[in-house]
Amino acid sequence: MTAPVRIAQLSCGPEYSGIQKEINDAAAAVGAEIFYPEISLKEMQRDYGAFGLDIRSPDLKLAIARAKALVEGRIETDGVFIATCFRCAEGAIVRNELRRYIVEKSTLPVVSYSFTERTTAGTLLTRMEALTTIARRRALLAREVQEGLTLGVDSGSSTTKAVVMRDNRIIGKGWVPTTEVAKSAEEAIGNALSEAGVKRDEIQAAGATGYGRHLVGSRIKADLIQEELTVNSKGAVYLADHQKGPCTVIDIGGMDNKAITVYDGIPGTFTMGGICAGASGRFLEMTAKRLGVEITELGPLAMKGISRNVPMNSYCIVFGTQSLVNALSGGSAPEDVAAAACHSVAEQVFEQQLQEVEIKEPVIMVGGTSLIEGLVHAMGLLLQTKIVVPPNSQYIGAVGSALLASGFIREKR
Amino acid sequence: MVKVFIYPTTSLILSDLVKRFGHEPLGSALGIRERIQTAGFESPPLQITPEEPKKGLHWAAVEVPSGVRGRMAIMGPQIDAADAAIIINDADLAFGCMGCARTNELLIYLLRTKGMPVLNLIYPTTEEEGIAFVAAIRKFLGSLGGGAP
Repeated sequence: MTAPVRIAQLSCGPEYSGIQKEINDAAAAVGAEIFYPEISLKEMQRDYGAFGLDIRSPDLKLAIARAKALVEGRIETDGVFIATCFRCAEGAIVRNELRRYIVEKSTLPVVSYSFTERTTAGTLLTRMEALTTIARRRALLAREVQEGLTLGVDSGSSTTKAVVMRDNRIIGKGWVPTTEVAKSAEEAIGNALSEAGVKRDEIQAAGATGYGRHLVGSRIKADLIQEELTVNSKGAVYLADHQKGPCTVIDIGGMDNKAITVYDGIPGTFTMGGICAGASGRFLEMTAKRLGVEITELGPLAMKGISRNVPMNSYCIVFGTQSLVNALSGGSAPEDVAAAACHSVAEQVFEQQLQEVEIKEPVIMVGGTSLIEGLVHAMGLLLQTKIVVPPNSQYIGAVGSALLASGFIREKR
Repeated sequence: MVKVFIYPTTSLILSDLVKRFGHEPLGSALGIRERIQTAGFESPPLQITPEEPKKGLHWAAVEVPSGVRGRMAIMGPQIDAADAAIIINDADLAFGCMGCARTNELLIYLLRTKGMPVLNLIYPTTEEEGIAFVAAIRKFLGSLGGGAP
């Protein structure tokens, strides 16, 4: 039996928020175990003082001293989970500084999270899975070439994508809106197989990712069922032909957003979140509907508009919608409204997520929203860089899955 | 005998002093013990469930972090039940450590504004201060009445 991945917890508040069990359950579900790095009172006083951040809460002081023990190798761990209460300013400062400190001073993978009493194991699962994958399955992520005939499925919250790949080339694609998870996957797979001209039983290995990965993966008997943070990183560097060196992958999804720093195709630090759908593709879908255009037309429309003509803040999707309605009823041009919506989503992702990862160029945008050129343009302006959108960027998860699944062909033989 | 809330709430020394002088100490050990001994749910390590931060809304608004509200769900009822309080300021971590500074600020405020006798002391750093410290606590506990002779 493989030893569990050991994840050190640095935190303030989860026990008193009643969610410690949720954290433990999420870790156990991906073959990991949570532990508190044990240090003496003397070490705590010494190491907290040496860190230099003057804070008041003793639990946060303890977290700082524990982080130093991990970085200095006095306590061994495979990864680090940092958690503090949502809406606690002191906690947020410590969380960010500890993440930065551990990333700079060690090679340990880190996940940080701000929780409420409503945080569940399900919410944490994808992050924990990515953490354990980075910690223990680096060999899997080292794959750069797709071999044989493989299928990849990305069961997302808005759309389901499937690709069939043969000998490092995409030969079939399927894309359908997600309704019933398993049914949508079947349809997308059917379309991809049909375009590829291959039969289901010819497929040598399959992979599944996205929110519906467990259901879809079990239905198609996938060799690899993997969360989207690591799969999308692989898909992004593969499609952008940037498998070596650093880069940053941004995926603004239908339900949440991911920002991942990648080095040699392997994810380093990542953030996953979206406080509200106002910072996601869902808000752009809503904007398109309100403007009476297809989502595919929103990007070109936004490129004709000037975002600063319309004040819009989609920190919350309700506030964003209010701005949208007010702007239209005040006679604003649809082009300007479209541009403002794109700018607002980009701004939310920039403020909420991109501050937590170190942006390394090139910046690669992937997922369905990367096809909305107004959004890509707005993100480029905010980051002051030219954003790379690789071909087939909307199939990123499916391509990453098909690529990684090919590693299982040899095992089967 | 009166109920005396102790701060830091985890201080065993303070709890022991209150008990020795014939009063009932109220602190986190009591609140946690209640939860650990309650059968029927499984939420390790402290048997605090997500319901506690909701109960904490009685003492702190919804925008207050869940960790503060969860702690208040344990401490709040004890402050309500207290007849007096001893607050030790700037205590050494070894004397009693409470994790969250924001909860501590709220606790002290509630104790000070309840209108009950409160003894405010600074944690001693020398032997002489230590003797005066214990004497002050003894005098305070004696003044509450109903304690040990």
